[in-house]
Formats: sequence, structure tokens, C-alpha cells
Amino acid sequence: MERSVTNIRLAGVGGQGIIVASEVLCEALLGSRFDVKKSEVHGMAQRGGTVNSDVRFGERVYSPTIPHGDAHILLAFEQMESLRYLPSLKAGGTVIVNRQRILPGAVSSGKAVYPGGIEETLRARAGRVICIDALSLAREAGSIRSVNVCLLGALSAMLPIEEELWQSVITQRFKNKGLEANLKAFQMGYQAARKD
Amino acid sequence: MKTTVLLSGNQAIARGAYESGVRVAAGYPGTPSTEVLENIINYQGVYAEWAPNEKVALEVAIGASLGGARALATMKHVGVNVAADPLLTVAYTGVGGGLVLLSADDPGMHSSQNEQDNRHYARFAKIPMLEPSDSQEAKDFTIRAFELSETFDTPVLLRTTTRVNHGKSVVQLSLPKTPQPRKFERNLQKNVMIPAYGMKRHVVVEERTARLKEFAETTDLNSVEWGDRAVGVITSGISYEYVKEALPDASILKLGITWPLPEGLIQNFAKGVEKLYVVEELDPFLEDQIKAMGIDVTGKERFPIIGELNPKIVAAGFKGESFTAPAPPELPARPPVLCPGCPHRGFFYTLNKLKAVVTGDIGCYTLSVLPPLEAIDTCVCMGASIGNAMGMKRAMPGDDDRPVVAVLGDSTFIHSGITGLIDAVYNNTPVTICILDNSITAMTGGQDNPSTGKTLMGEDAPALNLAALCRAVGVQDVLTVDPYNLDATEKALRYATGTGKPSVVITSRPCLLIKKAKRSAAPAVDKEKCTGCGLCLKLGCPAIETEEGEGRRKARINPDLCTGCNVCTQVCRLGAFGGTE
Repeated sequence: MERSVTNIRLAGVGGQGIIVASEVLCEALLGSRFDVKKSEVHGMAQRGGTVNSDVRFGERVYSPTIPHGDAHILLAFEQMESLRYLPSLKAGGTVIVNRQRILPGAVSSGKAVYPGGIEETLRARAGRVICIDALSLAREAGSIRSVNVCLLGALSAMLPIEEELWQSVITQRFKNKGLEANLKAFQMGYQAARKD
Repeated sequence: MKTTVLLSGNQAIARGAYESGVRVAAGYPGTPSTEVLENIINYQGVYAEWAPNEKVALEVAIGASLGGARALATMKHVGVNVAADPLLTVAYTGVGGGLVLLSADDPGMHSSQNEQDNRHYARFAKIPMLEPSDSQEAKDFTIRAFELSETFDTPVLLRTTTRVNHGKSVVQLSLPKTPQPRKFERNLQKNVMIPAYGMKRHVVVEERTARLKEFAETTDLNSVEWGDRAVGVITSGISYEYVKEALPDASILKLGITWPLPEGLIQNFAKGVEKLYVVEELDPFLEDQIKAMGIDVTGKERFPIIGELNPKIVAAGFKGESFTAPAPPELPARPPVLCPGCPHRGFFYTLNKLKAVVTGDIGCYTLSVLPPLEAIDTCVCMGASIGNAMGMKRAMPGDDDRPVVAVLGDSTFIHSGITGLIDAVYNNTPVTICILDNSITAMTGGQDNPSTGKTLMGEDAPALNLAALCRAVGVQDVLTVDPYNLDATEKALRYATGTGKPSVVITSRPCLLIKKAKRSAAPAVDKEKCTGCGLCLKLGCPAIETEEGEGRRKARINPDLCTGCNVCTQVCRLGAFGGTE
């Protein structure tokens, strides 16, 4: 497999702003003069299902999807989804996980149990695990809708992208809606990842 | 203007059509094709429309082409089945302005009812086919397709797959060009396909194919990348990207035009390598043709015919191994579900009480097949529910008195349900047709249709009156109900299924997700009255949760999800839901 390509898988639940986050990430990577590809499946996922988006960057990217087990970074927007996509992580890779829990129907109606010990399971496989309370941070920043940008802030601590570029891409994207909260959430996510 | 941008394949196709000076575009929404038209309306000088179905869309594009404009028709793979009738004959007439048909295939069936490989349509209709591998090519090949169409007087099939349509990659933009102006020229022997004229056009088609084969030998749409001569790979579309990743050093013949095939180029490439493979998703379309050239090539015995390929599957195939991703960890699933407040939910709950045979159709409401509702018995293709219901009724033995009910949405009814309804009236087949009218084409993300009162261009339109239409074709009993009112819905269903004649029930309530309809307060659950019987859970509403604990768990409403539709309030026999939190 191509060595100079970095693979990031974003995963979570429909409605968490995963696709928007991956768009912003790709714009920032493009602005940093990388070749970028991303892939996700639209359609059924809107209806409350699990959502994932693959982002790949480097000198030259071929496949838009990440080869199975080759993700360098798993950015999980929801705790249980981090487990679902853990097998896609490369051995020694990094997991950034939002501590938020969103109960699937089977759990909220009592037919299934939400798994426990998630952080331990992640640590057993990943080289590095960063846990972020993105929901609290986003609320503190001014809008719980900024969870996605908060997590991008955490991710930004791992990526070769200038801070100014992030700011300009986020400004471009959210200039009409919730810009202040998003910029703040991004900073808070970044700081939280640095501290972890 | 920023000239280096990140575009999805669909955005790139829209851009390519614009840069080609396309003037008319028509389509019917269908994953993964929908965003092409949604994006094309942002460009000046392009008229675009949602047609009632793919056949009409292609016919509009054909008319525009004959009228002199460059024209684009867009649809998903199964949509081309609907448009196949005009397609196979416009192949004979040829074009005026360039005519391109986008077929967006869905290997892996992310959002489709089958996995058909529409490359066969190019060979079947005898029209050239281009297959882009990424967004840059999606744009470039769209432009080339329009040029090719005019040069060879033929419609061109632009064939993509989900990963190309919905993948995003870097694209260099160019300025639009104005094509040579053309206008409609009367030419009866070319444009009127009666047998005598059609037979002469068939000769032209075969001559055209011969010229296209010569073109394919030398065009830069195909390219050879010489590498290690021990292994040569013939590939196209998204499979090219997987091959480059799996075997970066191999020699590759990348085909941009995949029908007709350049036999000389393929023979030469085959001679230049020791071991030849063909890597393609779905059917052995290239492989069979290459084998027919007498060339020894390995394909489907190494690379699966079912589902999508990916770099790991392709890498394993070259080694003579097979790759299956390890089973995901056992976790509670998050299947797609009807949204909280979806007007379809209460309808299906009520319909289940009738113990009817229910023929289903294509749309959000197909999700009602999943537990706990499990409310439909069949689903074949767009509009099939009505014909299926009629056949089912005719086949039922006399002692089977179950009502037969067809269920389909507003857009699907307009797409191809109306002809079935006319049949039911004409042949007096006593079935009940339920049109779930949510005033939008919802499953594909919310597109307007003839019943919504808006066009794709954002203009007001007369909203088709579904009830009046059903009466006009001769249905005597047409009942319209609010699906949030379960008693009224049940009464209407029981009446309609008992008339002994074809009948229609229209449930009228806008899609909450897309129409941003008004929401009400969530009902409160009276913990004294709730016994944890679980009846409300049979609705499958994401907003109804249960309290933690063992045994019979009492109901609880998640106010963040609840839209206040109060269907659960009506379902509970104990009166436990009511008031507000």
C-alpha cells in the first residue's frame, strides 16, 4: 500500500455533522497542497443510522476508500461507534473519541445493552487514545451543534495544517451560521487533545 | 475564480456539462445520481428539471438534443431500465446537439434494490460508453462525451459507480465553452423511426460502431502505463484506483472508453505482458469480450462478481487469495429507521391491524419492512406495488379473504403507479391503493415532484391533485386521511378494503424531516398508568425509550427526539401518554 498516504476515518451517528466535518477537513488539506480524496455513502444513513466518512491525503491518493485496517486515525463522534470501527484502525494507530453516548433503538427500548469498558478496549488495540468531552466543550463554546468542529480541533493536533488555514476554512464554511461558537469549539478541542 | 477545487463526482459532472455549454438537463432522483441536477441549477444558462420518471427525463433530453441543444439526462442504474425504450431507439436516430446519459450504478447496493451492471446497456444499445475513475475525469469525460456525441452522431453513456459519484477529489476548473449553434432540422428518414427508415438507420449504427472501434484504438481516453511486464492489468472506472493501490508497479491498460473496445490496443498490451488480468466490478463485461478476442486473461475467477471491490480485495485476488473483512464486533445495530414523527409510522401500525397482504414499493416507507413494524410483503421496483397487488388478488383462492393493499409514495405513484391504478379500474380488480403523500421525494434527500408545487428551478408550479387524479381515472372511493389520526386511518382502511372495488386511501401529511414541519410538545408518560406492556414499542419510534431496570420496563419519551406527533398517545391502551412534560 502507498506509504505516503495518511488515512483518517470519521465515524458516528447520522445528525452529528460528520459529513460537514469531513468537508472542512478536506478543504484544509487541499489548502495545505495535499492531494485529497474522500468517500462516504449517502442515502440510508440519513435515517438515524451509523455514518462514516473516509478522508485520505498525501502526495497522490488513488482509492477514495481506506483499505480495511489501514486507518491511521479513527475520529469517533460517539463512544460505541469507536468500537464498531476499531477494526479499521491500523495497529498502533490513534483513536480520538468523543465521550458522548447516543443510545441506539435496541438499547433505549431495553432489547440490547450499551457496551461497557470502551476506553480499555480502545487502549488495548490503539497506539494512542484521546478522549474528548466534545458535547460539554461545544456547549461551553456556545452551541452543541459545534461537536463536529470541536472534534476537528482535537484532530488538528495530529495534522500538518497551519492554524490560520483552519480558521479561514471554518470561517468560510460557517460565516452565516454559528461561526463564533465553531471557532471557539475548535480551539477547545485542540487544547483538550494537547492536554490529553 | 478559484480553479483548483474539491468536488464530488456528481458536482464534477454538473460542472463538466456546464463547461460543455449544456442547455437542457433532465432526470429523476435516484441514489447515487441525484446531486448532478441539484448542482447544475447553480450554473447560468442551464435549464434543468425533475421529470416524473426516467423515461420522460431521457425523452426531454432527446427532444432538446434534436432541437439543437447539448442535453444531459441523469438517473440511477435501475432508472435506465425505465428509460431503456427511448434509449435503444435514439441510438438509431442519433442526435442534434450532444446527448449524454448518466447511468449511476450502485455496486454494493448501498441504496438500491439490485446490483445490475449497466455497462451492458452500451453494448445493447450500441452506443459508446465512458467510465471516469475520479472527479477530475468525471468532469473531463462529461466534456468528452458531449464532443463524441456530436462527432459520431450518437448518444453517449457516461457510466459511474457510487464511489465515483459520491467520492470527492481535486478538480481543475476551466471556463465554459459555447458549442457550435445548432437548431432543429427536419429529417424524416433520420428522426422518424418507422420500419423502412429504421432499417436504414441500423446500417448507419453498425457503420458508426466500426468507426468508434477505430477511434477507441487511438484516443487518449485509453492509456497504457508500462511498469513491471510480468503482470498486466486491464481495468476501468473506480477499479483502476484500487489496482494502482494494490499493485503500484504493474503495467496497466486503463480504459476510459469501455464500449466499443479497442481490440488492437488490447492485443498489443496482452503481448507486452507475461500474465494478463482484468479487474472490474460486477459482471465480466470486459473479460468476456477480451476472451472472445482469443486472449488468455484472468478475471472473475480471482475478483468477485458480487459487491464492491476495494484495494484489499484486489490485492488478495492477485495473490490468488480471497479477502473478507473480519466480522465487525457484536454491537447493538443502528439500522436506518423511519424518523421520529414520520407520518408513515402510524399508518403502518394501523395497516398491520388489518392482516392484509401488502405489496410495497420504493421509498422511505420501504423501511417499514424492518422490525418491529414488518408491514410490507413485497418490494420489486418503482410503481410495482399496484400491479403486484392486482396479480396477487387474481391469484388468491376464493376462500382467502385477506384484503390486498398496495402502498407507495406520492412521487413513486406519479413515476409509474398511475398506469397500474388505471389498470385496476379498467379490469375492476378489488385492491386498495394507499398513496402515502408526504409532499416530497424524501428518500433521496427531498426533491420536488409534480405534487409539491415547486420545480427544480425553484419556480412555483401547479400542484398535482392526487385525489382528483384518482377520481378522474375512475376510482369511486378515494379517501384522504391524516395519518396522525389513527382512528380515522383505520376507519378509512377498513372501508376501502371492503368495497369490493378498486379504492384509494391517501394519507396526507408532509415529511417532517425535509419540510421542516411544525413540531408539538412531547407527551408525558404517566408512570402510574404505564405497566411496561411494550405495545408502544411496536411503533418502532426512536423517541420512545424504556426506563433502566429488569423485567417490564416502563416507557419514557426522549424529548430531544420526540416531535409531538402523538401517535403513541393513541396506541397506548392504558392512557399513560398524555399532557406534556
